[in-house]
Amino acid sequence: MDIVVILQAGVATGTVLLFATVGEIFSERAGVLNLGVEGMMLIGAMTGFSVAISTGNPWLGVLAAMLFSGIISQIHAFITITLQADQVVSGLALTFLGAGISLVLGEGLSKAGTVSLLPSMSIPIISQIPIIGSIFFTGQSIMVYIGYLMIPLAWYYINRTRPGLHLRAVGEYPAAADALGINVFQMRYLYVFIGGMLAGLAGATISLAVAPGWFSELTTAGQGWIAVGLVIFAQWDPVRAAVGSYAFGALRRLILDIQGPMLLFGFDNPFYYNPYWGFFLQMLPYAFTIVVLVIGSREAIRKRLGAPAALGNPYIRGERGL
Amino acid sequence: MRILSLSRLYRIKLEPRLKEPPGWYPPLVSFGAIVIALVFGGILIAFVGGNPFLSYAHIARASFGSIGVISDTLVKATPILMTSLACAIAFRMKLWNIGAEGQFIMGGFGAAAVVLTPILPPETPGWLFVPVMMAFGMAAGALWGFMPGFLKARFNVNEIISSLMLNYIAIAWINFWIFGVWSEGGFQMSPKFPKAAWLPRLLDFSDTIPLFRGLTTHTGMLIGIMAAVLLWLVVYRSRWGYEIRLIGDNPRAAQYAGINISRNTILVMMLSGMLAGLGGMTEVSGVVHRLQTSPLAAGYGFTGIIVAWLSKLHPLVIILVSILFGALLLAGREIQPSGIPKMIQGIILVCLIASDFLLRYQIRVSRAGVEA
Repeated sequence: MDIVVILQAGVATGTVLLFATVGEIFSERAGVLNLGVEGMMLIGAMTGFSVAISTGNPWLGVLAAMLFSGIISQIHAFITITLQADQVVSGLALTFLGAGISLVLGEGLSKAGTVSLLPSMSIPIISQIPIIGSIFFTGQSIMVYIGYLMIPLAWYYINRTRPGLHLRAVGEYPAAADALGINVFQMRYLYVFIGGMLAGLAGATISLAVAPGWFSELTTAGQGWIAVGLVIFAQWDPVRAAVGSYAFGALRRLILDIQGPMLLFGFDNPFYYNPYWGFFLQMLPYAFTIVVLVIGSREAIRKRLGAPAALGNPYIRGERGL
Repeated sequence: MRILSLSRLYRIKLEPRLKEPPGWYPPLVSFGAIVIALVFGGILIAFVGGNPFLSYAHIARASFGSIGVISDTLVKATPILMTSLACAIAFRMKLWNIGAEGQFIMGGFGAAAVVLTPILPPETPGWLFVPVMMAFGMAAGALWGFMPGFLKARFNVNEIISSLMLNYIAIAWINFWIFGVWSEGGFQMSPKFPKAAWLPRLLDFSDTIPLFRGLTTHTGMLIGIMAAVLLWLVVYRSRWGYEIRLIGDNPRAAQYAGINISRNTILVMMLSGMLAGLGGMTEVSGVVHRLQTSPLAAGYGFTGIIVAWLSKLHPLVIILVSILFGALLLAGREIQPSGIPKMIQGIILVCLIASDFLLRYQIRVSRAGVEA
């Protein structure tokens, strides 16, 4: 068990959560709760892998994954924004639909053979920095670096630009945004689409970089739901989302590594001698999600922070807002 | 010269409904939504190279074609009935319990623990075994429902995510027991239960009624129907049910009326978990007869969500709809690709939610130039 290796792998697996979480942040900032992340990620993972196999080009796979997941997300957008239906139920339906479609279209894909993966690389000079260099900048997939770029960009876009201001207005007080001439409906469709594309990117990152292959529903194993939970922990802020995502990634890797050695901190490793104890380790990411939710919710109460005020409510022109 | 087109001649206008639509209208809309869903599903099946007509005909034949398969359909419908009752009561209060799957699994674990720990010796007669297993199954399910309920009431933790996370924890939990402690000779399943711990099945009476030979329908269906009727009484004919409905429809009004929302959140989540746990118990004791992961974690909790929604959360309608979904699951086992039943469920749910729009709005088509 090498702590650097665990953190290094944690950053790689955490990138998946990062994309999905930031995507959901965009959608929720615009006031649309999309619980379909898990389904969209499955669609993305399946599409990415499938297209990469048939074309031989992983980048086309990534592109197709983002596009298909984005299109699927528009079903949710149409139902909740135009038809004004309940966002919770519609998001659940999207999860079922995404899982079902990806299972049907992904039939036989698990035995389809190998695929050329997205490239990995080290950044010249900065990878020489002790510890930090080897954790963050050595031998990582290109997706990981895209993730690094996305964190400050997403933060800057939401907090410091005019379109970002419009985005927040639409999620906080759509009636006022509408009065200022911002097209609330159009904005919401757009950001649900962006959320869908990022969820697709997260899925493709799994199947083409982090854990290559298509293992039906086990491909994502609930990571889409963890992402939805992380949004609350992150208080709708991309930087906090990154911290949470990488921590979760490291935890997943730690669980794998802790079962390997015969000795753990100089003692007989109980997980090595009783392999089925490992199931308790498998519970950890899910239990940890609940803990993180409790922390996030308590903090929100204490700091009087909260979800975007219009989150979960359809905007109906002419009705009293909020 | 003006080109005449339909959009010029007629104007389509949406208006919010001011009064309740007539009683026949909502079921008709739901029916229409399902038909449209099946058309979409058929298109997708054709797209992946299947024959939609053969697939649907196969579903019908494989689930209602003979008394034998009708019995199998009822066996499949039983767990769905329980989980959708569980979802219905929680959803009625707008508590999104997505954890019926985990509560169902824990119910199966609770029931199995009675046999395997053993809490009761294997010689125990059936009249004692089965009720104790039911009690333990319901208690385990209720515990699994209590956790998200408590976290919601105390810390305002989103119950959707917490209950869903508990599903994964429940699966790991029973895996721990069947891979390790209760493993039968290293296989990933527990030993078979003694006969006394089985729910009676129709075929047990085939000596007196020859017609029942080979029919595996078990008492669980009966228990489920009783649970549905009881739940209907609670929700629509009791004071507590009125409180639950009021909180669901208008939490602020409920608060002003002095209803304790936190307490009801925990209680309803526990009741919901109890019902799902009862389903896990009947599945373990009526069908599987041992503790094993794959038959328990088969997605009944998620199908329950769709069935509850399709039934408009009405316990008695749920009985009927769960039988239809039992048929879909039963026939779906033989259909290739294997994801089709799941996909059709997803499409049905999407169409149903979209169709709710027609209940809230009416579409009025009027001649252009004539003000409606």
